[in-house]
Formats: sequence, C-alpha cells, structure tokens
Amino acid sequence: MPQNLPPRITLTPEQAKARRARNIAIGLSVGFLVVVFYAVTIIKLGPAVFQKGG
Amino acid sequence: MSIDINLPEPIRISLAGPADFVALLKPRVMSLVVFTALVGMVAAPQNLHPVLSFLALIAIAVGAGASGAFNMWYDADIDALMSRTKNRPIPSGAVTPGETLVFGAILSGFSVLTLGFVANWLSAGLLAFTIFFYAVIYTMWLKRSTPQNIVIGGAAGAFPPMIGYAAMSGTVTLESCVLFLIIFIWTPPHFWALALVKSADYAAAAIPMMPNVKGHDRTRLEILLYTVVLAPVGTLPWMLGFAGVTYGVVSIFGGVAMLALSWRVFTIRTGPAVNKTAMQLFGGSIVYLFVLFAVLLLEHVVPAVAGLAGWIA
Repeated sequence: MPQNLPPRITLTPEQAKARRARNIAIGLSVGFLVVVFYAVTIIKLGPAVFQKGG
Repeated sequence: MSIDINLPEPIRISLAGPADFVALLKPRVMSLVVFTALVGMVAAPQNLHPVLSFLALIAIAVGAGASGAFNMWYDADIDALMSRTKNRPIPSGAVTPGETLVFGAILSGFSVLTLGFVANWLSAGLLAFTIFFYAVIYTMWLKRSTPQNIVIGGAAGAFPPMIGYAAMSGTVTLESCVLFLIIFIWTPPHFWALALVKSADYAAAAIPMMPNVKGHDRTRLEILLYTVVLAPVGTLPWMLGFAGVTYGVVSIFGGVAMLALSWRVFTIRTGPAVNKTAMQLFGGSIVYLFVLFAVLLLEHVVPAVAGLAGWIA
C-alpha cells in the first residue's frame, strides 16, 4: 500500500449486516414514498388523466 | 468490504438496525395516536378519498413518531437514569443522538408535507404544531421545570383526533374539540398514577413530577379531582348528540369505574396495596380511554357497514 493513502476501515460482518439492513429499509421507504406520491397525483387529478386528448 | 475515509480514532461504525430506528418512534404511543386519529377521521364528515384517508393516517402516525424521536434525542441523559427508559436506543448505545435528531427532523418534514398534500394544510399545520408542542414545549421546557408538565404537555397527546378530523373535513369543530378535551383531562390521572409508583425513578432523574414536588397525598387528591372532571367530560359526545346511547351508557359506567379506581388510590395510602391500586388506575385508565374511543369508532362504522351491505344487496 502506498504511504500517502489514508487508513482504511474494514467493516466487521455485524457492521456490514447492519448497514445493509439500514440501506434496504431506506430503499423501501423511498420506494413507498414514490408510490404514495404517484397514487396521490392520480387520485387528485382523477381518472380522466388516463384518457387521451382528441 | 472497506471504505476510504480518514476519521479520528476511535471510529464509531453504527450497528443500528431498522428495529432501533423504529424504537425511536415510540411504537406503542404511535399505536394509540393511530387509534385516536382514526376515530377522529371516522367521526368527521367524509370528504376524502379512502386511499388519501389511509395515507393521511400514516402521515399522522409518522409525525407522532418523529416527535417521539425528538423526545428521545433531548431526553437521552435522563432516560439513561430511569429503569423504564434506560434501554431506549440512545442510552443503550444503538443509535447516536445526532442520528436521532436528523431522523426526527426528516420524518417531521415528510409527514407534515405529505399530510398537507394528501389531505389539507389545516391538518398539516395542526400536525406540525403538535410535533413542536411535544418536542419543544413539553420535552425541552415543561418536563424538567414544573409539576404541571404532563398537564399542559398532555395537549400533544390530545391533538391526534383533532388532526384526523381536520384531515377529513378541513375544519376544527366542537366535536373534535370534545375529543381533544377527553384525552387532555384523562392524561393527568393516567400519568400521575404511574408517577406515584415510579417516583423514585423520576427523583433520580430530577424530573419534577407531581409526587416528587407536591407529595404523594397531594397527587392523590389531584388525581381524584381530575377524575371527577373527566367522568362527565367523557360523556360529552353523547350529551352533545355526537354519539349514540351505547356510548352514553359505556361512558357513564366507565366514568364511575374511573372514579372508583381513583377513590381507592386516594384512600389507600399505606401498606402493600398502595402501588397495586395506583397501577390498577394506570391500567384502568388505558382501558377506559380505549373503550370510549372504540365505541365511538363502532358507532360510526357499523351504520356505514350496514349501509354498504344494503348497497351490495
């Protein structure tokens, strides 16, 4: 390893597992928010939003 | 797996899992908030799409959870001193105060904005005020400064049905104010019953709860007086015509039961039964509030279910 590189952190299996669980939870939360705002938009606009204009 | 980062030693790498962050939301308090807010929503004129109503309820629950996270962030020092709270995520070392503060702030922002978008900005404003009231007025100010802390702070727990009602109808009415009043008057006898048993804990954390400041006998008197007010207030939805006869009967019997429990706490002041009677009042008060709101819920839902059955037929 070259001398000028900063020290590296190696995660323990427990730390890596906890980080992965947090990442999955954050991902699911963000996905849920996307669904929520999509659903709210469609409901607020009404079903007419799916009809093509003439 | 490794990351290139230069941090001062010792480096703390989080072991917190999603469950630790869920614990920051005070799930048991959240479940009560969801329940009372749902009753407020069902009692209101139905002006909101069912999906939006469901999302509004989730937003209210998350907002309540966010205020719980703020509470745990600010109170981590005293939580570590009390047996009831020493295993919370910050005192136990699972989550840092900084993570908790950011978590609470993000959830507060998202819950208020979401409620505003899915329902209306009156309910979103009420939710924002409730979070502010619980986190700043109660947790940061009143809790450590006055024995009236849970009397005034109880307003934070009383707002959810009003928020639910406002989310559905866009207004604050006498009906939602009555639901607020029931929880507001119910809070002091409920918490002081617990404070009588846990007064040593509160003394260790230097929290000026009523038994520690004014003494156990004065607390017993105040519990009785608040219950004398609570019993008739509990019947108001029926007296004012918001609720049916079933609610009227249940609220009268419930009020009498609460008076009996608080009278026992008031009169039994020595011996092994002291803590037992206080915990009976504490548990009984939870059942009382739950039953009152459950009957309100059923009275509003059952006619709707019957109507739905007729419509299907």
